[in-house]
Amino acid sequence: MKYEAVIGLEVHAELLTESKIFCSCTTKFGGEPNTHVCPVCLGLPGTLPVLNKKVVEYAVRAGLALNCTIANFSKMDRKNYFYPDLPKAYQISQYDLPLCSNGYVEIEVDGKVKKIGIKRIHIEEDAGKLLHENTDGSLVDYNRAGVPLIEIVSEPDMTTPEEAYQYLTKLKNILEYTEVSDCKMQEGSLRVDTNVSVRPVGSTELGTKIELKNLNSFRAVQKALEYEIKRQIKVLEEGGTIVQETRRWNESKGITEPMRTKEEAHDYRYFPEPDLVPIIVTDEWKEEIRKSLPEMPHHKRERFIAEYGLPEYDAKIITSSKKMADFFEKCVLEYDSPKTVSNWLMGEFSRLMNETGKEIDEVPVTPQMLVKLLKLIDNGVISGSIAKTVFEEMFGTGKEPEVIVEEKGLKQIANENELREIIKKVIVENPKSVEDYKNGKEKAMGFLVGQVMKATKGKANPQLTNQILKEELSK
Amino acid sequence: MAISRSEVEHVAKLARLKFSQEEIEEFTVQLSKIIDYVNKLNELDTENVEPTAHIVPIHNVFREDEVKPSMDRDKILMNAPYKENGCFKVPKIIE
Repeated sequence: MKYEAVIGLEVHAELLTESKIFCSCTTKFGGEPNTHVCPVCLGLPGTLPVLNKKVVEYAVRAGLALNCTIANFSKMDRKNYFYPDLPKAYQISQYDLPLCSNGYVEIEVDGKVKKIGIKRIHIEEDAGKLLHENTDGSLVDYNRAGVPLIEIVSEPDMTTPEEAYQYLTKLKNILEYTEVSDCKMQEGSLRVDTNVSVRPVGSTELGTKIELKNLNSFRAVQKALEYEIKRQIKVLEEGGTIVQETRRWNESKGITEPMRTKEEAHDYRYFPEPDLVPIIVTDEWKEEIRKSLPEMPHHKRERFIAEYGLPEYDAKIITSSKKMADFFEKCVLEYDSPKTVSNWLMGEFSRLMNETGKEIDEVPVTPQMLVKLLKLIDNGVISGSIAKTVFEEMFGTGKEPEVIVEEKGLKQIANENELREIIKKVIVENPKSVEDYKNGKEKAMGFLVGQVMKATKGKANPQLTNQILKEELSK
Repeated sequence: MAISRSEVEHVAKLARLKFSQEEIEEFTVQLSKIIDYVNKLNELDTENVEPTAHIVPIHNVFREDEVKPSMDRDKILMNAPYKENGCFKVPKIIE
């Protein structure tokens, strides 16, 4: 029998507000434990929460960017469970009347566009952090408790791990563009849970779903889904049944394994939050927020093609991250060859970012530094191939390109007399190739140029080398 | 009975309350009576009545997104029965 998977994703994104959702404590990441807390986010008796207006605006902004319907009337609810990371023993969230619903994201898989539905987006407060150190108990840091989150719940519209990966990439891209979240998975500002079940192809009934946790990267989501789908199919093919449970992705072993859950019953006894009043988003307010939406990826892509003459392929890659698009535009402001900038961003820059797993804003190279490097090439100070070496050094150390060129003695040899001496020596040392060239073998020329580059450690000016070499050989 | 014994046990478990067998029996009877009483409300026709989200008829009470100083950590931890390294200490949670 052939099986297909049904995948749904739940994404939690921390909102980029300055203060927490219900109190004025800072949302800054890190900080000494329990230094960003107050009686409100600790849920001390007698305190009352007051909703941060920006949380509503950011959630609506995300909802609009994700094609959602914005609820005119919305309210907060209490989700009850006991766990030490939750100081009040309930989380203030939204249950039956979320702020946004019925949106979608378009993804591209194998050249085809597919719409992935977004069921809902609601606002809620984050919980604290449990530290399991070498003590006889667990330690709790409530700095994160009360940081605003949006939870984005997809429809179970994905059928392959690749589609899940594409959905997450697109979602992150849009959230970054809307500037409501910085989406840093390593700091926990973007977190992903996924539900997956399998069923025979053609069946309309859903199989028993498994929830997967501990997914620390989009690749981990993809790998965990690949493993889990195979596991479920194997169980079914051997005549077994899938038991509904939460499983944890074990990255080092590359497997999913059963996990103990917080509340055995999944019985959260939601009820309306009596300490907070309903939220009404009028059409005027909604339109005001819509106007504050920055340029979205597909608009930016079209503009980059029209304004900078970038090929569609380049424009798509450069705008796939807002940070890269911003970096590009800053470079182009000072350097009038957009295609050269895009080549560098898609080439060396992306290669080193992939190798180091860094995002563009975590790299010490600034747009000004890249522009300086490009100008060094244009002015003949360094060759294009040496520039790659210089760039690698810039990427690793954050040093200015001209400093690196100076320190490492990488300046191009463009002095005709100096270069002629080196070339003469190469000609004397390679009589066979010289003879081949004179007998009409064009390839021998390339070999000789290579020898000159070798002798100068790549610093010879290529045009000048060619010119002098031809002169000397025709003597 | 409007509520079963096992439901009472379930609710008690969710609330982390521990009762003797006699107490469970007693509460099952008492809670059933309360639910029967409240069930009277079900006799009303609420077809065209909006569900109440809040008893006070106001909405959109917000604060601006401004950071104010948090509370001093020594004060925060003052009433905590167990603390360590600036954290609240709780019984070991095994993930």
